[in-house]
Amino acid sequence: MEKKVIINEERCKSCGLCVSVCPKHVLRISDRINSKGYHPAELFDNENCISCGFCYLICPDMAIEEVRRPEPVKK
Amino acid sequence: MGEKVLMKGAEAIAEAAIRAGCMAFFGYPITPQNETPEYFSRRMPELGRVFLQAESEVAAINMVYGAACTGTRVITTSSSPGISLMQEGFSYIANSNVGCVVVNAMRGGPGLGDIAPAQADYFQATKGGGHGDYHSIVLAPHTIQETVDLMYDAFDLADKYRIMVVMLVDGLMGQMMEPVEFKEWVDVKKFKTPEWATVGQGDRDHRNIITSLEILPEGLEKMNLALQAKYKKIKENEVRLEEYEMDDAEYALTAFGTVARIAKTVVEMARKDGIKLGLIRPITVWPFPEKEVAKRADQVKFFFDVEMNEGQMLEDVKLAVNGKKPVHYYGRLGGVVPTAEEIYGEFKKLVGGK
Amino acid sequence: MKLIYKKPDTITERDTTYCPGCPHGIAHRLIAELLEEMDLVKKTVIVWPVGCSVFGYYFIATDAVEAAHGRACAMATGIKRAHPESFVISYQGDGDLASIGIAEAVHAAARGERISVVYINNGNYGMTGGQMAPTTLIGQVTTTTPYGRKPELNGFPMHVPEMFAALDGPAYIARAALDSPQHIIQAKKFLRKAFTAQKNNLGFSLVELISACPTNWKMTPVEAMERIRKQVLPVFPIGEFKVAKGVE
Repeated sequence: MEKKVIINEERCKSCGLCVSVCPKHVLRISDRINSKGYHPAELFDNENCISCGFCYLICPDMAIEEVRRPEPVKK
Repeated sequence: MGEKVLMKGAEAIAEAAIRAGCMAFFGYPITPQNETPEYFSRRMPELGRVFLQAESEVAAINMVYGAACTGTRVITTSSSPGISLMQEGFSYIANSNVGCVVVNAMRGGPGLGDIAPAQADYFQATKGGGHGDYHSIVLAPHTIQETVDLMYDAFDLADKYRIMVVMLVDGLMGQMMEPVEFKEWVDVKKFKTPEWATVGQGDRDHRNIITSLEILPEGLEKMNLALQAKYKKIKENEVRLEEYEMDDAEYALTAFGTVARIAKTVVEMARKDGIKLGLIRPITVWPFPEKEVAKRADQVKFFFDVEMNEGQMLEDVKLAVNGKKPVHYYGRLGGVVPTAEEIYGEFKKLVGGK
Repeated sequence: MKLIYKKPDTITERDTTYCPGCPHGIAHRLIAELLEEMDLVKKTVIVWPVGCSVFGYYFIATDAVEAAHGRACAMATGIKRAHPESFVISYQGDGDLASIGIAEAVHAAARGERISVVYINNGNYGMTGGQMAPTTLIGQVTTTTPYGRKPELNGFPMHVPEMFAALDGPAYIARAALDSPQHIIQAKKFLRKAFTAQKNNLGFSLVELISACPTNWKMTPVEAMERIRKQVLPVFPIGEFKVAKGVE
């Protein structure tokens, strides 16, 4: 499945606010290092993400560039 | 047009600014120039233009700064203590390359001083005044008619160079009445918002940012060099002075503003006595007419600088003369206006002493 | 996939100069979103202050000017009076607005200037290294209140919206907080009303945004947001203090 949260890892400053507000605990700070020297946040559990957008709302660096929700499956 | 009207200086200043296309006034009351904002407050609304009494001179100059960023012809008028409060704003305006006109009806200082006419803000006006390396164009008219005429030029210069232009007058000029004649109205319908103005991006393909901030020293040096290049251009092109009875002069008075007007009488008194005295009167005190003064150093026996301060323009005269001839000085302080007889008496002492 | 949120185009690609977890960026994004949603981007001039957000014009892509410290409301007044068609925002911190610039802010409010002020309160002077601000809480340690702010020495925190709401000039005055997604959604609603006040020519508008300064508070960003809820909001309660007709 396509990612529900698009993170621009280069913009991330690893503040951890997105991780702290995620109600489903699907975000974490990764082991990678961006060019600024920060460990960017990552969505590690796309499946359980509910696309609430809390991470987008709290992100002070506009690093969460997009939040998407899957279209409801037509019966 | 062409008709002479009898007007108080402080009101003529406002009327001239209005006719010169001034679209906005921001200011704060201070004696001895309150008739100027009062006049604006009547006339500007009639013409659909902006008059706003600010909460302080600090606010007033920053309102002027804001309006100047929109490319609008804007003015503030004040007197010495108020002008001191505006210095921070002047410095920002300088490094932002926006234009405005500021009238300083100088009064006696320092501190609260008095409300009598003085010329003690010469350094402040011509050497910058606020922080950083900058200048404003400073015009020093000596009659109300000249003030009125120069007001048109002040706005043109402010627009042309995107610079602050100071009209350096004194309390006397504001308070006296003289017949004046105004030039044609500037057609404000022809005004267009300049390309660089910050009014919202609109159809422009780029956005405009006006700032005096550049955090990198090399970048700020570049901004400074650009300012200096502008000042050089102004020095080359905008120097103005009047030389009165200087063709055959053996002695030269140097004076600006009100004192220069009195000095003309001194010249006439001397000429009656057969003494060849002339007057060099800078109209732009920044840029100072250094070349013109220097040239006269070969001609005259000495210079006699007279001011209503402790000898401020004196320094510029001395720099221009550069030791070639003596430069004497006489001045009154604290708002005392010297009489022609008094100045002539001092001059005769100098001549007699030779 | 349906797009729920997207970074506004009016936010530039440039990285902000703010510390990790500094809510300035949240405020910037809310402004950018609203300018786009209200079709105001091309009419807007933002007056940026002296403080951490001094480089704000690098991050929000509108026409902009940089004011002297505390003079943003005066400069905004000059722009708006000279060019009333412009949409003018004054973005100021608590040192800039409530301390050195309080006169300019109060009088702009009293005159009912058609400008919108976004007022960031993080309880200290961030850029200069965390000195006491007019909004510093009683007991709060800063670099200039090393023993904590004492009322007998430093007086009391200033409540700007409550003060301004007593004036007749403002059309909309509110306080919101940037500590949680819920509060951020509410902050955007308040800012929308503030911008509407100007758009509809109703008068002066101001929204105080309770913010954090994790670096100078010496906390993690998450701890700083918790401090807002536990210590700051009880002193600076969220709410609307003045809502003129036509703002809704």
